Amino acid sequence: MGRKLLLEHADVPGIETFDVYRKHGGYRSVEKALKTMSPEEVVEEVKTATLKGRGGAGFPAGMKWSFIAKPEGVPRYLLCNADESEPGTFKDRYLMQYIPHLLIEGMIVSSYALGANQAYIYIRGEYMFVLRIVEKAIAEAYEKGFLGKNILGSGFDLDLSIAPGGGAYICGEETALIESLEGKRGNPRMKPPFPAVQGLWQCPTVVNNVETLATVVPIINMTAAEYTKIGTEQSKGTKLISAGGNVERGGVYEIELGLSVEEFIYGDEWCRGIKNGKKMKALVPGGSSVPILPAHLITKTANGDTRLMSYESLSDGGFASGSMLGSGGFIVFDEDQCIVRNTWNFARFYAHESCGQCSPCREGTGWMEKVLHRIETGKGNMRDIDLLADINKKIEGNTICPLGDAAAWPVAAAIRHFREEFEWHVTHPEEAVKRNYGMLKGVTA
Amino acid sequence: MKIEITEQKRPVLSEEAKAEIQRVIKQYPEGRQKSAILRVMHIVEEEAGGWLSPDTMDMIAEILSIEPIEVYEVATFYTMFNLQPVGKYVFEVCRTGPCMLVGSDNIITYLENKLNIKVGETTTDGMFTLKTAECLGACGYGPMLQCGEEYHEYLTPEKVDELIEACRRGEIKGNKVV
Repeated sequence: MGRKLLLEHADVPGIETFDVYRKHGGYRSVEKALKTMSPEEVVEEVKTATLKGRGGAGFPAGMKWSFIAKPEGVPRYLLCNADESEPGTFKDRYLMQYIPHLLIEGMIVSSYALGANQAYIYIRGEYMFVLRIVEKAIAEAYEKGFLGKNILGSGFDLDLSIAPGGGAYICGEETALIESLEGKRGNPRMKPPFPAVQGLWQCPTVVNNVETLATVVPIINMTAAEYTKIGTEQSKGTKLISAGGNVERGGVYEIELGLSVEEFIYGDEWCRGIKNGKKMKALVPGGSSVPILPAHLITKTANGDTRLMSYESLSDGGFASGSMLGSGGFIVFDEDQCIVRNTWNFARFYAHESCGQCSPCREGTGWMEKVLHRIETGKGNMRDIDLLADINKKIEGNTICPLGDAAAWPVAAAIRHFREEFEWHVTHPEEAVKRNYGMLKGVTA
Repeated sequence: MKIEITEQKRPVLSEEAKAEIQRVIKQYPEGRQKSAILRVMHIVEEEAGGWLSPDTMDMIAEILSIEPIEVYEVATFYTMFNLQPVGKYVFEVCRTGPCMLVGSDNIITYLENKLNIKVGETTTDGMFTLKTAECLGACGYGPMLQCGEEYHEYLTPEKVDELIEACRRGEIKGNKVV
C-alpha cells in the first residue's frame, strides 16, 4: 500500500465539510505557515520539495512562484487552473468533489507565499456540480475565519472565489485562462510578458493546477525534507493518476512516484488489469497529447529497464521510445482497438478545440483530422501517411501556445509506432471501415 | 456560427437569479464586472430555458454594462452555450478517445435510434436534444453523458432507457419552460 498525502481521508464520510476535514488534520498547514513561517520560507520549502506542476507541463512550482514580480502598490493574483479538459484526465475533479477544503487550504498557503490577497479558481463549466461543492466549502472557510480579513490574526487577508468556464479546452492554457477570467474569448497571449509579470488585469499572476496547490499542504505539514524522501531521484512525492479506457477498474488513484507501470495496470490495488481478460495493446500515459506507447514499451523501456510511474522513466528514450507523465491521464487500449480510429478521434478533438488564432494550428489540426478520417474510412492513400508527418512538422513549434504541439505529438507517435496499421488501412479499404479493428502484432504485455 | 434572429423575448429573471448575478459580480474588483460574464451567461441561460437568443445576450450586456458584441464574441467561442432553442432535456454524450474505447459510439447510435433524431437535433415533441461533447472528464467511468448539471456514467442501452423514462416522468431536472 503506497503512502497517500492527498487522498488519505478522501473516503471519510463528510470530509467535504469543514468540521470533519478539520478533525482529520485539515488547515494545519495554514496555521503553521501563517504563524511560524515567512512567505519567503514557504516559497523556499516548495522549491526544496522540487514540486513539479501537476497539470501536465511539469514546470517546477517553486520556481514559477519565485518569478512573480513585486512592484509596489500593484495587486498580485493566484489563479487555480481547474479547467481540467485533457482527454483521459479527471483527477482534479475527484479532488475538488471529495475534498474541496484541501484545495482551499493549499490556496491560502500559496497566496500567503506569493503575497496575493485575491485568488480565483477557474473551473471548467461542465463541472458546475463540482463548482457548487467548492463554493460551499469556500463559504465555510470564510465563516471559520480561514478566508477574509486578518486570517488567524496574522494580518494576512485573502479573498477567494470560483468562476466557471464555458466549454473550451484551450482555457487550460494559462494565458487563455486569464483572458477567459477577464471575460473574453480564450485566445492565448504571446509570451513574454509572462503572467508572473503581466497576468490578470495586467497584474503579476501565478497560475497553478489544482493538484499542485493541494500538494503544497503536505509539503508544509511534513517539511520538504520529509516529502522528498518519497519518490524517485527526479520525481518526488505522490501523484494523482486517473485511469480510463479498457482497464478493469478505472478511477483516480494516488500513487507514490516510482511505482512500476506494470503494478499500476495489473495490481489489485489499482487498475486490476485489462477488461474482459484481453491483452494490452497500447498506453497513453499522460493525457491525450503525450505520445502513445506500444505494448513492448509500456512495462519496460527500450533499454529493458522496468518502466516506472515517474517523470524521468516515462520519458526515457525521448519521443522515439518514451512518452511523458503529463497530467497523469492513463488511457489504456486493449488488443481490439484501432489506433488509426483513435488517432483520428484525438485529431478531431484538437481541431474542435483550436482557438483559431494561429494559422498552423487552425488549418493544420483541421487537415490532420480530414486526412486521418480519410485513412480510417478506407479512402486514404500511402502518401497521406507522409502528408500527416509533414503537417505535423509545420504545426509543431509554430504556434503561440502548446495546443499545436499537443495536437501534433499524438499523430506523430501513432505513425511512429503503428505505421503498419495506417498502411493496412490503405491497402485494405473495405475491411478498414469495420469497427474495432485490432492488429495483434507487437502485443507482448 | 449561424445565429437566427427569433421572436424570443428576454427572460424575466427570478429574484434568486438577480441576487446570484449581483453576488457574482461583486467577486471582482470595481470596474472588472466583465469577468463575471460566463457565470452570468450560465445563470441567464438557465432562466431563459436553456439557450441564449440575441435579445437575451443584449440583456446580459446591459447587466454587465458592456457592448452586446462583447457578449456575442464570448457566446460564439465557448461551446456550452446554446444559441438555438433546445429541448427540455439536452443529452451531451462524450465522444472523445477514452469514452470511445469503451463504446460511446454505440451509445450515440442507440440514442439516435431510440429518439429518432440525429446528433444536433431535437425531438418533435421538444423533449430531447441530442448532442456530442468533447471529453467531459469522466474517462474512468465511461461511456457517459451529461444532462443538465448531472453526469450519467457507465452507460448501457438499459441505463439510457431508464434515463429517458426518468425524464419523461419528470424526475430529472430539465430546462425551464419559458
